[in-house]
Amino acid sequence: MTKNYKRTESLYDVATHYCAGCGHGILHRIVAEAIDELGVREKTIAIAPVGCAVIAYDYWRLDCAEAAHGRALAVATAIKRVQPDKVVFTYQGDGDLAAIGTAETIHAANRGENLTVIFVNNAVYGMTGGQMAPTTLLSQKTATTPLGRDAKLAGYPLKISEMLALLDGVYSVERTSVSNPKEVFNTKRAIKQAFENQIQNKGFSMVEVLSMCPTYWDKTPVDAAKWIEDHMSQYFKLGKLK
Amino acid sequence: MSKIKINKIRCKGCSLCVVCCPKKNLKLEDKLNEAGIFTAVVVDENNCTGCGFCFIMCPDTCIEIEG
Repeated sequence: MTKNYKRTESLYDVATHYCAGCGHGILHRIVAEAIDELGVREKTIAIAPVGCAVIAYDYWRLDCAEAAHGRALAVATAIKRVQPDKVVFTYQGDGDLAAIGTAETIHAANRGENLTVIFVNNAVYGMTGGQMAPTTLLSQKTATTPLGRDAKLAGYPLKISEMLALLDGVYSVERTSVSNPKEVFNTKRAIKQAFENQIQNKGFSMVEVLSMCPTYWDKTPVDAAKWIEDHMSQYFKLGKLK
Repeated sequence: MSKIKINKIRCKGCSLCVVCCPKKNLKLEDKLNEAGIFTAVVVDENNCTGCGFCFIMCPDTCIEIEG
């Protein structure tokens, strides 16, 4: 069986502003492919976050809205309630979803809004210069934890997916990564499933994706992908949580 | 044999495709491109099986594979 691998229709043919080896590029393609394969491009509305992916609307040939930092799920709730026939998803980073937007995230999940959430966890604030995020691993060096994250000072990495999996309003939570081709396939399956859940009115679905940030992890892209497998996925266990 | 095409202007030289190629059929070029980056290049065009791993891992979607 032969297959042609080409840029999908929902992804604009433009250069992205991401650093070399950034997981956002892979994820943008996965999301665009999932939407095209489900044939829902004309009725999909994306909510872009604040963070590195803030201009995601320049890369997707989709209707997009931009939300204030952390408020993507609040905006998505409004759009979905006004237009319930549309497929609405948010694409948020860890600084957006797990730090400033924790309240919006937890309450949108608890209300069981029929939304799809793609949560990109790269364990740092990439856009603002690599500061410590809630999901930064213990002893991981960042701009604001030059000696490594200390649990006594900064607490423990926040497992937001495990927290949301406890809520009755949530239909599905899954954690995947983009560190190797196998995991990328798995991520695509999970994201497609999350969109299908919304189309079938099943409720709140979230996919947390562990993604590389080679620039602020001070690693080469290849070492960053390996670091996800060796360290990050040891703390943030991959798999279906709910 | 599959035909692989790499966009040398878009490639940022992250080499994620180089390490995931099961045939070790990709490498970084010796010369810089216009943007000053060592881009990925195919070693032997006849050796590509078209598995698509490089396309799947490329963060900039600058690899295309035909048949």
